[in-house]
Amino acid sequence: MLRLEKRAQPSKQWAALAPVLAVLITMVVGGGLFALLGKNPFEVIRTIFWDPLFGEFAFYYRPQLLIKAGPLILIAIGLSLGFRAGIWNIGAEGQYIIGALCGAGVALTFYPLDAWFLFPMMILAGALGGWAWAMIPALLKVRFGTNEILVSLMLVYVAEKLLAAMALGPMRNPEGHGFPGSRNLQQYESAHNAELFTGSGLHWGGITALLAVICAYILLNRHILGFNIRLLGQAPRAARFAGVNPNRLTVFCLGISGALAGLAGMYEISGPSGQVSIDFNVGYGFTAIIVAFLGRLHPVGILLAGLLMALTYIGGEIAQSNMNLPAAAIQMFQGMMLFFLLAVDLMANYRLRLTRAEVS
Amino acid sequence: MKFINLLASAVLALGTASAAVAEDKTKVGFVYVGPVGDGGWTYEHDQGRLAVEEHFGDKVETVYQESVPEGPDAERVITQMALQGADLIFTTSFGYMDPTLNVAGKFPDVKFEHATGYKTSDNMANYSARFYEGRAVQGHISGKMTKSNIIGYIGSIPIPEVIRGINAAYIHAKKVNPDVQFKIVWVFEWFDPAKEADAAKALIDQGADVILQHTDSTAPLAAAEEAGDVIGFGQASDMAEYIDGPRVSSIIDNWAPYYIARTQAVMDGTWESVATWDGIAPGMVEIGEITDKVPADVKAEALALKESIAAGDYHPFTGPLKKQDGSDWLAEGEVADDGTLLGMNFYVEGLDGDIPQ
Repeated sequence: MLRLEKRAQPSKQWAALAPVLAVLITMVVGGGLFALLGKNPFEVIRTIFWDPLFGEFAFYYRPQLLIKAGPLILIAIGLSLGFRAGIWNIGAEGQYIIGALCGAGVALTFYPLDAWFLFPMMILAGALGGWAWAMIPALLKVRFGTNEILVSLMLVYVAEKLLAAMALGPMRNPEGHGFPGSRNLQQYESAHNAELFTGSGLHWGGITALLAVICAYILLNRHILGFNIRLLGQAPRAARFAGVNPNRLTVFCLGISGALAGLAGMYEISGPSGQVSIDFNVGYGFTAIIVAFLGRLHPVGILLAGLLMALTYIGGEIAQSNMNLPAAAIQMFQGMMLFFLLAVDLMANYRLRLTRAEVS
Repeated sequence: MKFINLLASAVLALGTASAAVAEDKTKVGFVYVGPVGDGGWTYEHDQGRLAVEEHFGDKVETVYQESVPEGPDAERVITQMALQGADLIFTTSFGYMDPTLNVAGKFPDVKFEHATGYKTSDNMANYSARFYEGRAVQGHISGKMTKSNIIGYIGSIPIPEVIRGINAAYIHAKKVNPDVQFKIVWVFEWFDPAKEADAAKALIDQGADVILQHTDSTAPLAAAEEAGDVIGFGQASDMAEYIDGPRVSSIIDNWAPYYIARTQAVMDGTWESVATWDGIAPGMVEIGEITDKVPADVKAEALALKESIAAGDYHPFTGPLKKQDGSDWLAEGEVADDGTLLGMNFYVEGLDGDIPQ
């Protein structure tokens, strides 16, 4: 008989190995799925994981990897702080939208002003917007004990409505022939979050994401605040005895994750996206939750997980158009990764025991 | 700046190099906003793609990508197709306009075709269909068929194309039934079966017994079938699986002739950047079979209306017509010009509610 037995201490090796193992199992099972669809599984896997990095057109895909991974990493870093403390911000997508709207709002207000300080102001507005949107669940939780998971998630839908209203109303391009959507910020030099080096794919969002990784690392490992965050997550009672104020941490964690999500949105709308449009948001805020867990809530892990996730997106797109795979197959493939990670995670906390059936 | 030029030419060289490799075959790419199995908008574009394959056989190779979000992801997908040596790329949703324009600037040797937008460039054409002609026929049938005098309309995204459809349907429903009332729900999506179904249910709850939709899935028809005694129309595609149920007719987008003609033009080297806007007459818009649920006289009138539009005897936007705020729009006998129609952002008189803005 196989039996699951709880480990006294979570296994460190399993915890570190789990993401790698999850990716490998995903490749095997996903490969099986592709085979069932009548495609050569090795070719599909190669297309997804190899071609974007080393294939014929890697010069185009490598920069795209940064463009796609940047916002994921930035948002996931913020979320991971809260997740470590047991504070669940599920509404990063909403904070991402509001940050983008605030950043774009500044740019469109000052259009066509040409000034060096415009972009820094947009950055500030983006961060503040995301922060403010996250303060709603934070304050409601601190003041009235509401559940931040529900409140932050519901606010995503409110933010989406606000986005639609803005794209159709105040921010609509006056030269757009009545079509929804704002002016394209890519064509407004002072507000354009352009690539820093042509063809590199690296814009200010990528730089900020890297900074966030470093800061989060220092915070968690070298700072009392980071220690308190981890303590609150692992042993809330002990944390209280140690003088940690959970309310202040709630406000801090939600605020910082909101601000980072807002920044991500602002960099996206002033750069790769360019336009306030009804369907500006494509789910970075939700995918970042997967990235945070895939990266073990560790800053360096998140950096790698973000890049991996971006790889599956871009490789998945190539596989779709080159091999005529349905979009759903690629989405399943991505979903499997989190599914298997959670499954393998079981092994970090439990061990398999072979027991003989006892004779009574 | 030099570096930029260098890179641009490298991209170009690669683009043309791979195009040269596949010279024997013309490669045509399609970017879809929904899944090919949506049974509506994307399905019909994919039928067009298949028609191109069938027509040209070994001379073409087609590629497609479905469910591509509108925005930066679309730009990457389009670039990727151009890099892989596509000679002609159709981007089939409004939100692909700016991304298509960006990519067209980088690949001057590749031809681009964007559906339902308003921007063009040297190597980017746009095309759309005069769906409002079909809407007029639909409005006529709806006005005759409704018993509650309430017609529900599921709007997708408030762009002129959708607003034109609402106006055309309303004008012709009102013409045959002065008591008719339109209730409009906006879902802000082209394809979202769950939201579409919710919208249809809400409209039915408010007394609508005819559901018109400008969204791409069959979910509203499913909701109508469930409610019973409610009729609807196939949108973009025939949606014939509901022919024994609520579906009484349909507006079918037939892209095949256009896609074949444009592919031929690329093969012959005669492709030019144009703005195409075709309707019932050339067959880009078709009216699907009108079922027996519709009384024979109504069916005959609807078909006569369709014929007169096709023959050019009648324009669905013919005065006297007023705008919603009561101001004059078209005088007696005056016909709307294409410019106004393309940028239409107002309701005609009699419609309730505001266009979201």
